[in-house]
Amino acid sequence: MHIHFLDPYRPGDSLIHHLDPRIKLVLTLSFILTNALIPPGAWPAYILLLALVLSVEMLSELGVGYVLKRSALAIPFVLAALPLILTIPGEKLFSLSVGTWVIPATYSGLERFISIALKSWISMQAAIVLAASTSFPDLLVAMRSIRVPRLLVSIFGLMWRYLFVLVDEALRLMRARAARSGKSDHPNAKSGGSLSWRARVTGGMAGNLFLRGFERSDRIYMAMVSRGYDGESRSLPLPGIQPVHWVILITNLSLLGILLGFAYLFWG
Amino acid sequence: MLLSPVQMHIPDGFLSVPVSILLWIVSIIVIGYALKRVGADLGERQVPMMGVLAAAIFAGQMLNFAVAGGSSGHLIGAAIATILLGPWAAMLVLTCVVSIQALIFQDGGLLVLGANIFNMAILAVTVSYMAYRSVQKLAKSQSWGIFVGGFIAAWLSVEVAALATALELAISGTSPANIAILAMGGIHALIGIGEGLITVGALAFIYATRRDLLKTGESAPVRGMMVWVAGLVLVLFLAIASPLASSHPDGLEWVAEQKGFLETARSPIYKIIPDYLFPGVSNMTLATILAAIIGVLIVYVVALGLAYSRRHKSSTDGE
Repeated sequence: MHIHFLDPYRPGDSLIHHLDPRIKLVLTLSFILTNALIPPGAWPAYILLLALVLSVEMLSELGVGYVLKRSALAIPFVLAALPLILTIPGEKLFSLSVGTWVIPATYSGLERFISIALKSWISMQAAIVLAASTSFPDLLVAMRSIRVPRLLVSIFGLMWRYLFVLVDEALRLMRARAARSGKSDHPNAKSGGSLSWRARVTGGMAGNLFLRGFERSDRIYMAMVSRGYDGESRSLPLPGIQPVHWVILITNLSLLGILLGFAYLFWG
Repeated sequence: MLLSPVQMHIPDGFLSVPVSILLWIVSIIVIGYALKRVGADLGERQVPMMGVLAAAIFAGQMLNFAVAGGSSGHLIGAAIATILLGPWAAMLVLTCVVSIQALIFQDGGLLVLGANIFNMAILAVTVSYMAYRSVQKLAKSQSWGIFVGGFIAAWLSVEVAALATALELAISGTSPANIAILAMGGIHALIGIGEGLITVGALAFIYATRRDLLKTGESAPVRGMMVWVAGLVLVLFLAIASPLASSHPDGLEWVAEQKGFLETARSPIYKIIPDYLFPGVSNMTLATILAAIIGVLIVYVVALGLAYSRRHKSSTDGE
């Protein structure tokens, strides 16, 4: 089993794939910021943002289904906001009785909860489109252009390069463990040790992985030095941004600004 | 799903914008300082070592073991990184892990990435480091100190990060404080035990094979002053945040509503600014925070005085 299926980047030939990665990153971040600033209950704004992100998904030719399937990742966290329905005061919607307690669920609580769930769902879709339509080297270029420290960008780059190697090693460790731990068909035979024993075995695997990482980083460093590495991470100067892309950036930013203004003035 | 062992990565939309931006600023400052410190320690080795170890932690988070009923325990790795690399390098490594999880795998949001870095890289590492060093000092370089310290550091790193997450959610008004703190703290108290056991297992393996590595964390000691400053910042953060969160006027508002004077108390601005973040800070809350800060400062000064007098005594004893 190889782990390359982990890389969410899906090469393509769409408009979104060809957009400059720097513009894409800035637009995604401003989209998420706008989304976060929209007051709860401004339904028209949420619908417009959802329409916007869905149309970008269609333009990117990634497949709306693919993006929606991945966006299910945030669902467990929505539980954290669920109690809001019961705790925010307002018009009574229905009552929940726990024993002798009667907790009223309110309309404004529900409104807030749905707003938060929608917000996180829309933002996540935008982030998925960014990751799926931009290759990692392009993302590094984008990070450099928004002034992420160069050293950190080089570390990200190196991490990405060896991520799959180390994930493969982790999978090999797990396969080896599975091969060692035979399981009896006999219902009364206990297989495996106690919980703390299992945890210790896993810990040993983690320590093993860490040591291999250490030793690998030494070898990589030697290889880098022998190729002339002197601690400075050099990279090509960033290419200029085409005028069309500037237009796209400015149009979209002003769109988001107008949307935010409307949300506060009329729908908030 | 394989890559999201614990629901501690806050997605976008769950934190208010002021909270997100504040924690971004804190994280950027700390990471900048960590980059400088690690650069001074490791020199040109920094890039390959931090990169590969970040990848190792990322991959290590996939290692799991069955607990019960289909659930499984995972490694998170803040404590083991801190013990092996020292606090600054561990912060960098975990920052990379958390950032890549957010950027590539959508495990945690982008706008709230600063908060996630703060919880899982900065706070978890600081707490692990303090706990581990304290136990080490108590154990006086006996080997049990490594394991007991490792377990406590691992448990605390998980628990404190979870509590910080709950506090941030409560301050943002996305989760009521009393429920969020209880639920997050309760679940992660259990998860922390798993983390502690795995960390001890990993430390035992490294103790048996490469004992020298367990000294690397000590070769880059943080000056005593830094620990004190970090502790003060941490405690002040909690002192300010907890009354804010617990004064979350759910119960109060409910009573007010029943009594019918909520309409008069609510101003239109209340609807623009997210719940009680600014307007909700009543004078009573301010007074609570002020009291907490004064209390913290008094305890801090007393502790500092004790530490200095002890140091003075031990240095005169030594002569």
